[in-house]
Order: sequence, then C-alpha cells, then structure tokens
Amino acid sequence: MSTAAAEPLAYLATQARWGKAEIAFWLATLLPFVLFPDYLVLASQIAITALFALSLDLILGYAGIISLGHAAFFGFGAYTAGLAAKWGWGEPLSGLLLAGAAAGLLGYATSVIISRFRHLALIMITLGLGLLLAEAANSARWLTGGADGLQGVRMWRLFGYFRFDLYGYTAYAYSLAVLFLIFLMCRRLTHSPFGLALRGIRENAIRMPAIGAPTRAHIRKVYTLAAVIAGIAGALLAQTTETVSLEVLSFQRSADVLVILILGGAGRLYGGIVGAIVYMVARDQFSGINPQYWYFWIGLLLIAVVMFLPNGILGGLAGIMARRRKATP
Amino acid sequence: MIGPVFGVLFDGFAYGMLLFLLSVGLSVTLGMMNFVNLAHCSFAMLGGYVTVTLIDKLSWPFLATLPAAFLAAALASVVFERVLYRRLYRASELDQCLLTIGLVFVSVAGAAYIYGSEQQPVQLPSYLRGSVTFLGVNFGVYRLFLILTALAITAVLMVALDYTRFGAQVRAAVDNQRMARGLGIDVDGSFAITFALGSGLAGLGGALAIEIIGLDPSFGFAYLVYVLIVVSVGGLGSIAGSFIAATLIGISDVAGKYYVPELGAFLIYLVMVGLLMWRPMGLYGRR
Repeated sequence: MSTAAAEPLAYLATQARWGKAEIAFWLATLLPFVLFPDYLVLASQIAITALFALSLDLILGYAGIISLGHAAFFGFGAYTAGLAAKWGWGEPLSGLLLAGAAAGLLGYATSVIISRFRHLALIMITLGLGLLLAEAANSARWLTGGADGLQGVRMWRLFGYFRFDLYGYTAYAYSLAVLFLIFLMCRRLTHSPFGLALRGIRENAIRMPAIGAPTRAHIRKVYTLAAVIAGIAGALLAQTTETVSLEVLSFQRSADVLVILILGGAGRLYGGIVGAIVYMVARDQFSGINPQYWYFWIGLLLIAVVMFLPNGILGGLAGIMARRRKATP
Repeated sequence: MIGPVFGVLFDGFAYGMLLFLLSVGLSVTLGMMNFVNLAHCSFAMLGGYVTVTLIDKLSWPFLATLPAAFLAAALASVVFERVLYRRLYRASELDQCLLTIGLVFVSVAGAAYIYGSEQQPVQLPSYLRGSVTFLGVNFGVYRLFLILTALAITAVLMVALDYTRFGAQVRAAVDNQRMARGLGIDVDGSFAITFALGSGLAGLGGALAIEIIGLDPSFGFAYLVYVLIVVSVGGLGSIAGSFIAATLIGISDVAGKYYVPELGAFLIYLVMVGLLMWRPMGLYGRR
C-alpha cells in the first residue's frame, strides 16, 4: 500500500530536482549586467514579459484554460501600482504587493465565472471581460488619463536607496529578482500534488471530478494565483517605466503573451521565459520596420508553430533530445 | 420625440443586418465542425478590398462588385480550408485559435502593405445616396438597401436550410456530426461548401460595410469581436439565433452610442458577458 502511495510523490521528487541546464540558465540571466549594459532596459522588459507569460502558463499550460483576456490582470496591476505612486505612495515593494492583491481580488471574482465554463464560451468570456475592462479604463478618463496615459507616476527609491535610473540597472535587477522569486514559487507549485491535479484537469476535465478532485475549486485557486502574478508583472512595468498607458489592457497584449507562451512552449515553466527572450529580442532588432509589418511575421510564425512545432521551441528541443537518447542508448 | 427613437431603431437594425451578414457563416461552420475560425472577418475584409479595387481601378458599378466580393471571399476560403484548416479539425481549440489569429495578423499586415492604413472611400451610385422621409422620419436609402438585401438573403438561407436536401444534410451535421457520418452523409464535402458560402457572405458583408463602418486594415480585428459576440450570443449553428442576436446587438450598440456615448462599447460587452453567463450556449444553442 505504502509504495503505491509513495510512487506519485517519488515521481514529483524526481521532477523537482534542479538540472544543470536550469542552474546555468539562471546564472546566464545575470550576464546582461556585464555583457550588454546598454540593453538593460530591454532586459527588464523581457523579465516582466516573461513573468506575465509565466502567469499565463499556470492557467493555460497546466490547467488548460484558454484565456484571450489575460491582459486584464496585467493592466489592473499596472494601474493599481501607477495610481498608488501618483497619489503619493511611491514605495515599490508595497506597491507591488498592493497591485498583486488588487489583481488577485479581480481574479478571484472572475474565477467564479471562469470555472463554470469551457470551450468556446470560455474563450468568449475571457475575451469579453478583457475588452470590458479596457473599455472601462478608456471611459474613466478622470482616473486613468484615457488615451493620454497615466501621467505623474513618481517612484521612490527601492529600499530607500536604489534609484530607478535611465540605464535600467535597478529596473533589471528588481524585475529579475521578482521573476526569480515567483518562478521558484511556481516551480514548487507545479511539482506539488496540486500541480499534478491541474495537469489532470488539462488532460481530462470530465474524469477529474470522477476520481474525487474538486475541479472547480482547483481552477479558482490557480486562476486567482495567475491573476496575482499577472498583476505583479503589470505593476513592475508601471514602476520601472513610470507610466501606464491603455495599451497594458489591450487585446494586442493578451494575444502577444499567448504568442510568446506558445512560441516558447506551454506547460513547461521555462516556455514563457524562452518565448519572451526570443520575441522581445527579435522585436527590438526589427524595431526599424513598421509595427504593422512586424505582425505579418508574427502571424506567419504562429501558423508555422501550430503546423510544425506544436509544443513550441522547448517542446521541439525536448523531442530532439529524446530521439537522440533513443538512438544512442 | 418619436422621430429620434425610430431613427435609432432603424440605424440599429441596419447595423444589425450588417452584423448578421458578417457572422452567419461563422455561426453555421462553427456549429458543424467546431472549428474556431477567428479569421472569418479577414474574409470579410477581402470582400471589402475587392469592391474598392474594382470600383477605383476598373470603375465597375457598385452593384456589380458585390457578387465579385462574394466570389473572391468564397474562393479564398476554399483555398485556406483545403490547405490549412482541414489539418486542424481534430486539433485543440487553442491550436485552431492560434492558427487563425496568425492568419488575421498576416491579412491585417498584408492589407496595410498593399492599401496603406487609411480608410478606403467608396463611391456609391446616386440612386443609393440620400434619404427618403416617411412619417417625419428620415430613412437612409443605402440602409434600406442593406436591410432589404440582408432580409432577402436570410429568407433564401432559411428556405434552403429547411427545404433542400443539402440543407437537411447541413442540419444533420450540426445536430450530430458522428451520426450524420454514420448515415453516409459526406460531412466534409458539405462542410467545405458551407464554409465557402459562409465566407462568401462575409465577403459580401465586408463590401456592404464600407459605407456604414468604413474599411481599413484593422477591420479583421475590430469586427471580429462583434462577430464573435453575435455568434456566441445567438448560439452555434443557428441562423435564426444569429439573426436575433445580430439585431439585438446592432440596436443596443447604436442606441448605446447615441444615448450614453461616454460608455462607448462598454455596454455591448456587458450585454455579451451577461447573456453568456445566463445562457452559455447562446440564445438558440441546443448543446
């Protein structure tokens, strides 16, 4: 009896072990400080986008909830942090927590709706809620500044010492640290029995209740958590750029983060981070061309990924590795 | 007092008919194959650009360009269906969403590359311009033309679906695809035809839409939302549902923008989320 019970836990334990590649990856994230000091602003943007993609990965990659309106939480967090700073509380860390809490509350409220639907209705409701919030922010000009964006966001020094400089030293260190901490949390979460239950929901949402798993409660929990993380990512963007525009709530941002996650590979934590690096670096390199044409290539890329690389870059790499291992036993 | 109310109702109904033309094809194909085709409005945009090009470059009369817009969108959709879509019928909704969003991105960028990002003007013939006054209310001639066209198409669709052999096959496939296959109905073949017809109607809608809502490269995205709202509110695979939902959404959108302009599109999204929470399968959805 006890061995049977121990097996899943042993499986989780082997999954949770840190690999060399993982440690090397996180050490490599420190390289921009030394190698590309001119690109630290971009690096901080990548870290923020990666955090946002990570939050989508929790619900999409693990629980299988398709969301076309995830920017709602990102934007809600960004406006919360931005408004807090505008109204005289520019302390970054507490602003971050405040934004996470606010986005989490919104996430919990919507999760009650989300957990009841699947398939097309779910896609439509996430899309509708995202648009609803974007339109509300556009209408509430007195609060958000409307299309002009939120002006007058002034951040205090981080820990009362590190100023948010123009070169992005503080911004990157701050964003990277937040990303790493939240990544650790997500890693622990996905390697827990709860994470396994989420994957069960993704694979077969009808069979899970039959084995006694409270599917809806699980979905509510993970959706709220993803909302908190997305809110924190939005707050990071607001704090490091000291401005908030309506774009943070736009459908484009929801679609972008979906593209990033799919490009990297959903359901494997690093997918969002790898996707964010590839996407943001490519966009920075091609920033000379008109953004409309940039989306032409993104569209082609999406078609190609769906047709030829259904598990993203990381999934493709894992497939190649597995085939090699089989060839040379 | 009565005048403005009727005017709003009339404009809203005309707008609703436009939404119906744009969305009815998607509703039926979604109901048949459960294929989430987010690129539906890109076919509508294609129809619009075909009309603009034919009028500007070849100086065709407006009415003659409408069948051309229909045919162009239908032909393009057949190509995409054969080459890309049919590989993904059994794939997950996420993959279908992503592929078709990719197509939308490509079509939006392609339209911007060829035609530039400005609004495309359309020269209407003189007999479609102006308005007639009836009982003290102004009715735009073009909107009347639009309403009559849409009503005629609705009637043809309803009759064809209810009384022809092909219509019966389509209804069977929407109701129960597996059972229909079991009875020897060529579901894939009738789906391909339905898909082409639906996209053609979207192309026609795109051509008719230029005068009312304009045409620029963002069309594929901007009206996708409205089309999806109509489809999900009306219920998949239901022509009557799409008709009623389109009328409802059209009137509430125009009325909302007229009476409470500060709310913008907020009202319409609220109506959608509310209706979907009340009836997740749409007003006429059966599954």
